[in-house]
Amino acid sequence: MKKNTKNTRLRFATLLPLIVFLALFLFGVNAGEPQRVLEQAWNICLDCIGIG
Amino acid sequence: MESLRKLIQVIATLLTNGYFLFPQTKNIYQGPLKLLCSPGLNCYSCPASTTYCPIGAIQQILLGVRFSFESGSYFFSSYVVGTIGLIGTLSGRITCGWLCPFGLLQELLYKIPIGKKREVPYVLRYLKYFMLIAFVFLFPLLLTNDWGMGKPWFCKYVCPAGTLEAGIPMLLLQPDLRATLGFLFYNKLFWMFIFLIWSVVTSRPFCKTTCPLGAFYGAFNKISFIKLELVKANCTECGACAKVCPMGIQFNKDEGSAECIMCMRCMKDACQFGAIQLTYGGSSLSAQQRISKNNTV
Repeated sequence: MKKNTKNTRLRFATLLPLIVFLALFLFGVNAGEPQRVLEQAWNICLDCIGIG
Repeated sequence: MESLRKLIQVIATLLTNGYFLFPQTKNIYQGPLKLLCSPGLNCYSCPASTTYCPIGAIQQILLGVRFSFESGSYFFSSYVVGTIGLIGTLSGRITCGWLCPFGLLQELLYKIPIGKKREVPYVLRYLKYFMLIAFVFLFPLLLTNDWGMGKPWFCKYVCPAGTLEAGIPMLLLQPDLRATLGFLFYNKLFWMFIFLIWSVVTSRPFCKTTCPLGAFYGAFNKISFIKLELVKANCTECGACAKVCPMGIQFNKDEGSAECIMCMRCMKDACQFGAIQLTYGGSSLSAQQRISKNNTV
C-alpha cells in the first residue's frame, strides 16, 4: 500500500513538470520564439565566444 | 556498456557538430537544423555546430527581453526552457553522460595517465547552481546598460566550451577578428586551460563544479521517467559502485543524486548483486534484474 502511494506521488511529481514544460514549449512556439532562436543561432555571437 | 556509451557520445558529438563545409565557407552553419536544441553543452557559434546551445539561447533572449516586450513579442525563453525541461523530465542527467561533447572531451582527458587523480572539494559542486541562477538567468536579465541591454554572462566570462569550439576556430577562420582580441578573450582562454588541465587529474571537473546545464538536468534526477533505482534488498553496501563512479558518488547512499550522469557504470561494471536497476516510468528496464527476480520466484 505504502509503495503504491509512493509510486503515485512519484508519477505525479514527474507528470506535473512534464505538463508545465510542455506548456512553456508550446507557448514559446505560439509566440514565435523558435524564429528568434534561429536568427540568433545563424549569427556568430562574438560576445559569447570572448571576441569583441 | 562503456564501449556503447563512448560510441553514442562520439555519434552525438558528430551529429551536433556535423557541418564540415566550414573550412570552405569560413562561416558557421546557417541552415534550418539550428532550430533544434543541442541536448548537451555545445556552442552554437562553433563553425561545425548544427544545433543551438540552450544555455546561450536563454541568455540571448533574456538580455533583450525588454525590447521584445516593447515590440509586442513575448519572448522570455519559454521555448528553450520548455525544451530542456522536457529533456530533463524525461531523462534527468542522462544527457551529460551519453550525449554531451564537452563531457566526452573531459572523459578523454582524464584517461591521460599523468599526475595523481583527485576529487573536487564537495563544496565546489554548489557553484554550478549559482552559475545557472545568476550567470544564465538573473545577470543577463537584470544587469543592463543604459539602453536596457544585458550581457550573456556565462558565455562571455566563463564558458570554456565556447572558447574551444567557437572562439579559437573562428579566429583561425577569420584572421580579421584577431585585431579585436583583449582581456575578454584572454580571460576565457585562461578558464578553458584551467578546465582542460583540471580534467587530466579530476574526472569531469566542469560538470561537477560549473556546468549550468548539468545543474538544470540534475534537478530532475529523482523524478525523471528514466532513472537509476536502488533495490535495497539486494544491496550489500560493499561500496563497489562508488569506486567506478566518474562523478564521485556512492549510489546506495545517494540514490537519485543530482550529480549522477547515469553512465550506468555502477550498474553494469560494479554491482554484482543486481542492486541498481534502470527504470522507465517505474518499470524496470534492466534485464539482469528481471532475470534475478524470475530466479527467486
